Amino acid sequence: MATLPPVTDDTARRNLRTGLIALAGALAMLGLGYASVPLYRLFCQVTGFGGTTMIASEAKAATAAASATGQRISIRFDASTASDVPWVFQPSQSTDTVTIGERDIATYVAKNVGSKPITGMATFNVTPEQAGKYFNKIQCFCFTEQTLQPGQEVTMPVLYFVDPAMLDDPNMQGVEQITLSYTFHRTADPVTPAAPRTN
Amino acid sequence: MATTAEGFDIHSDDHAHDHADHKPGFFARWFMSTNHKDIGTMYLIFAIIAGIIGGAISGIMRLELAEPGIQYLQWWAQFMGGGNDLNTALHMWNVFITAHGLIMVFFMVMPAMIGGFGNWFVPLMIGAPDMAFPRMNNVSFWLTVAGFFSLLFSLFVPGGSGPGAGTGWTVYAPLSTSGSVGPAVDFAIFSLHLAGAGSILGATNFITTIFNMRAPGMTLHKMPLFVWSVLVTAFLLLLALPVLAAAITMLLTDRNFGTTFFDPAGGGDPVLYQHLFWFFGHPEVYIMILPGFGMISQIVATFSKKPVFGYLGMAYAMVAIGVVGFIVWAHHMYTVGLDVNTKMYFTAATMVIAVPTGVKIFSWIATMWGGSISFKSPMVWSMGFIFLFTVGGVTGVVLANGGIDDNLHDTYYVVAHFHYVLSMGAVFSLFAGFYYWFPKMSGRMHSELLSHLHFWTFFVGVNVIFFPQHFLGMQGMPRRYPDYPEAFTLWHQVSTYGYYIMAGSMIFFFVNIAYALLAGKKAAANPWGEGATTLEWTLPSPPPYHQFETLPVITDAHDYHDHRPVTA
Repeated sequence: MATLPPVTDDTARRNLRTGLIALAGALAMLGLGYASVPLYRLFCQVTGFGGTTMIASEAKAATAAASATGQRISIRFDASTASDVPWVFQPSQSTDTVTIGERDIATYVAKNVGSKPITGMATFNVTPEQAGKYFNKIQCFCFTEQTLQPGQEVTMPVLYFVDPAMLDDPNMQGVEQITLSYTFHRTADPVTPAAPRTN
Repeated sequence: MATTAEGFDIHSDDHAHDHADHKPGFFARWFMSTNHKDIGTMYLIFAIIAGIIGGAISGIMRLELAEPGIQYLQWWAQFMGGGNDLNTALHMWNVFITAHGLIMVFFMVMPAMIGGFGNWFVPLMIGAPDMAFPRMNNVSFWLTVAGFFSLLFSLFVPGGSGPGAGTGWTVYAPLSTSGSVGPAVDFAIFSLHLAGAGSILGATNFITTIFNMRAPGMTLHKMPLFVWSVLVTAFLLLLALPVLAAAITMLLTDRNFGTTFFDPAGGGDPVLYQHLFWFFGHPEVYIMILPGFGMISQIVATFSKKPVFGYLGMAYAMVAIGVVGFIVWAHHMYTVGLDVNTKMYFTAATMVIAVPTGVKIFSWIATMWGGSISFKSPMVWSMGFIFLFTVGGVTGVVLANGGIDDNLHDTYYVVAHFHYVLSMGAVFSLFAGFYYWFPKMSGRMHSELLSHLHFWTFFVGVNVIFFPQHFLGMQGMPRRYPDYPEAFTLWHQVSTYGYYIMAGSMIFFFVNIAYALLAGKKAAANPWGEGATTLEWTLPSPPPYHQFETLPVITDAHDYHDHRPVTA
């Protein structure tokens, strides 16, 4: 090693202390980076950020229905699948006009046109994104995994209502249509003995 | 290793007749270096080499963009060991933009600013014998070099539709996860891990050095502004880089170990990656420019022969830029679908940064105002910096608007903006600092004529490259494409001619270094005259291997500007 400059014991001790505090700060930021993952999810669920829809109880649905004013809004339905899900997945109706506050039911149809059973799970969001916190689902096929055998076709319901509170939100002024979108992604393949795992 | 043992021997023998300028043997001195000046020199040489590679890649890109159609990419794809098809050629383009961005950011600007000038001059300016952790300093340097090799290696392994990582310097998911199979992206990410770890250790080292090792009497409010700038930069590095490390580690596990942080199929969100990246990425752009601010302050004061105007305002403007820099990140993401209130906040917060930046620009001008200005090479580069950085700042205020950005996002307008602040702002300050301190570092004077020729040709070159890119962007030319409709031909051609001028001007730079080292006049301790008043100018040029064996003392008679010993 090359010669080190003269450093007194006291300075060395203080240096070590400052250096360790600085490194601890860096480690804390690393931890915060990871903590951001659950925090971001929580933030989206609570605020409807990025068009994250709400999950509502029957009680909340009843309250919303009570304050319905009879104003109506158009809902557009959209469906898509990830490239590795060989399903034909479509809404039964492309648009629907509903009374704000009253519950409604929409259906989607999915058919497995592949040769293997596939389990999928749907992700969802709505646009415009500020509508996320007013779009409430009471029941949805997207809450659980769906398994389709080859050739099987199913009709899947979503029970929802639009919260009348949207009428008081200036950000929702001029919103005449809300688009509800689903994308089916493949989850772990169903447990069949000889099914080869593909990634 | 024999040379190592030799280094030890000389060292132990030498205690009897200890000498400040005793140096260890070659291997021990350069490969196991713990000397801040040697490590600074190695960082500068490393940055120059990386800059040549990164600059050559931008030459390949400008050549390809000189006319519409794909001219050279297929040749390059084959040269790099890929196929002859169009897909591989287009992938090659992505590899070039990725490599150019990552090399210039992580392996040119950062090592030169912080590792090079920071290492060399922070201890000298605060009157310290060396950095606080000299061995860790060595680790930082070699981690950076290892990172560079990891990035270069990634160019030669499969990365999707051809060799190399073609993800852009932002490494956005899902292109960087499911979109790029093969190990190239893994090596590119690993390169960022290594360089990042090196920078975090370096930042720790600077913070400790600046807090604990200042000469007696050198209070924080008497420190030279360059030291202030490195201190703020070190804090930004310490708080921002670990977030990048977390984000790219998540990319690695998403790629290789089946996690789904950024994969919607498993409940993840690719937009989260963008949030994490820009939480790092925005402070990162200040990391690249703040040490430049510090250098410009030293140089403008030196050659105006006046203390810098508004010292405290200058120091705390940098602190303010650093703090506000952490809460504006989403202005890089206006088009991911933020609601209007979020855009409004980020627009306003971003524009607030123009205030401390304006404080700095006006203070530099006020420093020159009424000064006895000598137009030496460092000064002309600094004045070029002030002008060009202001141009880049103005387009930055335009882009800060969420509404306007909907139109300009990912166009050449953005490319022009960030090259005005980086490849002109940061690079002009690097050349200013280089010409300012080269006589101090090498002990030789460079040629003022060649430096001025370098300045004027470089100034014309980069403006011809990047000013027309504003027009291209406003007309709708998107960034990151090797081909374009014929309507864009004129300004692309002009831009490519600008590259030739800029590349030619670099000849003056290299000839100047060679001239100075081979035939340059010996540099005096202070070659710049009465304006150069910080501690590094009280030492011989080059400074002895170990300086300040008796620490300089800053008394009440000293202010923030003049640190020369008081002569009674």
